Amino acid sequence: MLSLLGVATVVVGFAVGLNPLLVVVGAAFVAGLAAGLSPVEVLAAFGKAFNENRYISVAFLTLPMIGVVERAGIQEQARSLMQRLRGVSVGPLLVVYLLFRQGTAALGLISIAGHAQSIRPIIAPMAEGAIEAHVGPLDRTTRQDVRATAAATDNIGVFFGEDIFVAMGSILLMVGFLATAGITIDPIHLSLWSIPTAIAAFAIHAVRLLLFDRRTRRRLAR
Amino acid sequence: MIGLSVVYVVAGVVFSAFAILSALDRNNRKRFGNAAFWALVATSFLAGDRLGDVGNGIVVLGLAAIAGLGGLGRGLPATTSTDERKTSAERFGNRLFIPALTLPLVVVFGVLVLKPLEFGGVPLLDPKQATLLSLSLAAVIATGVGLVLLRQPLMSPLQEGRRLMDTVGWAALLPQMLAALGAVFALAGVGETIGQLVTTHLPMDARLTAVAVYCLGMAGFTMIMGNAFAAFPVMTAGVALPILVGKFGGDPAVIASIGMLSGFCGTLMTPLAANFNLVPAALLELPDRYAVIRAQIPTAIPLLLANVVLMYVLAF
Repeated sequence: MLSLLGVATVVVGFAVGLNPLLVVVGAAFVAGLAAGLSPVEVLAAFGKAFNENRYISVAFLTLPMIGVVERAGIQEQARSLMQRLRGVSVGPLLVVYLLFRQGTAALGLISIAGHAQSIRPIIAPMAEGAIEAHVGPLDRTTRQDVRATAAATDNIGVFFGEDIFVAMGSILLMVGFLATAGITIDPIHLSLWSIPTAIAAFAIHAVRLLLFDRRTRRRLAR
Repeated sequence: MIGLSVVYVVAGVVFSAFAILSALDRNNRKRFGNAAFWALVATSFLAGDRLGDVGNGIVVLGLAAIAGLGGLGRGLPATTSTDERKTSAERFGNRLFIPALTLPLVVVFGVLVLKPLEFGGVPLLDPKQATLLSLSLAAVIATGVGLVLLRQPLMSPLQEGRRLMDTVGWAALLPQMLAALGAVFALAGVGETIGQLVTTHLPMDARLTAVAVYCLGMAGFTMIMGNAFAAFPVMTAGVALPILVGKFGGDPAVIASIGMLSGFCGTLMTPLAANFNLVPAALLELPDRYAVIRAQIPTAIPLLLANVVLMYVLAF
C-alpha cells in the first residue's frame, strides 16, 4: 500500500507546479523507499531504466532538419499557401489531416508525421493561415487554440489508427499477455476489433473540428 | 547488423554540438546551464552503457537538478528574421516542402526496402529497431537535402536544431524519465496494488457495470501511470479475464482491443504521457503547458463512453 505514495507524489507535484523532472525523480525515490529498497538501489534501478529507454529521445534527431527549413521560411510558405487557397477552411483542413494520420497509422506508418516534423513546420501554420486568410492576424488565445487543436488531431489520428496495424507494439503486447493467461488469439482479430473505435474516434473528432471552425469564425467575425 | 548503438552515437554527437554551441552563446544568460544539461544528455547517449546503473542514476540526478533549479535558459542563435523568411519563402516556394517530405519517404523506404534486406542470413537493420533506424537515417538525409536545395549555411542544422531543442527545454527528457519511473513503479509493485484496490472495492455484479469498470479503469489507470501498456496487464488480469470473460463469457479479442483503446483515451488526458501532451505544447510555444490536453479531453470522454457501449454490444 505504501508504494502508492509514489503515485501521490506525482499527482501533488504536478498539481502544485514543481518542475516535472524533479517530481519524477522524487516519486521514484518515494515509491522505491516505501517498497523497502535502499536509496542506492532506487538510483540504480532508475538509472538502468533511463539508459534502456534512450530510444525515446532519439526522435529529437529530426529537429535540425526542421530548423533548417524553418530558417528558409517553411512556416511562412505554409501560411501563404492557405492565403491562396481561401476556400479551404481550418475544420476541413484538419479533418483531412486526421484521416491521413489514421489511415497511414493503420498501415503501420507512424513515424512519417508527428508534432516535430509536420505539426510545427507545416500543419499548424496552415491551420493558422486558413483562418488568417479571412480575418487577418490572430490574437494570442486563438493562436494557442488552433495550435493545440492541430497537435491534438495528430495524437488522436495516431492513437486510433495504429491498432488496426497487426504488427503494432500494443497488439503484440495483448497477444503475449493473453497467451500467458492461456488464451490464444490471432493478432488479426485484435486489429479488426479496433476498427469500430477508430470509426467512432474519427466521427467524434471530425465533428469537433468542424464545430471549432464555426465557433472560431463566428467569434472573430464579431 | 546495424542496431540502435549507431543511432546513439549520432545522437550523442548532435547533443555534444548543442552543448558546445550553448556554452558559446553569449545571448543566453544561463548558457552554462544549457551546456551542462545537453552535455549530460550527450554523455548518456555516448557512454550510457559504460557508466553502470548508478552512474546513469547520477546523470539523471544531474538533469533533474539543473532543470529543477531553473538552470535552463533559451539560446538565441543568429537566425533569419520574419521578413527574411517571407522573402526566402517567395523565392523557394513549394520547394520548401521537399526536405520535410523527404523525411517520410526515406522512413517508408527504410521500412519497406532496407528492413527485409539480408546479407548472408544477417539482416542489414536490427528488425526490432527498423523504424527508429529509418527515422534517424531519414533525418540525416532530409537535413542534407534541405542544406543543398535551400542553400542554407553549413552550421544551420546544429544552430537551428539547438534553437528548437531549447524551445522544448527540459520537457524533452520528460518522456524518457517517465518511462524510467514506470520501471521503478513496477519494481515497487504499484500496479498490482492499484489493481487490487479496483477489483476488491468496485461492484461488478452486472455485465454493464463490469464493462464500465474495465473501460473507465483502463483510462483512469493509464492516466496515473502515463501509459496504457502499464495499465493493460493489471486491469485485464484483475477485471477482464475473471469477470468479463470468465463470468459473463465475453469474447476476449473484442474486450482486449477495446480495453486497450479505452486506455488510449486516458493517454489523451494525462500530463504523464509527456511525449504526446507536454512536448508538443513546448514545441508549439504554447503559454499553457496543458493546452493540448485541454483540446483532447472533449474528444476523449465521449470516445471512452462510446467504447463502453461498443464493448457491451460487440463482446457478448
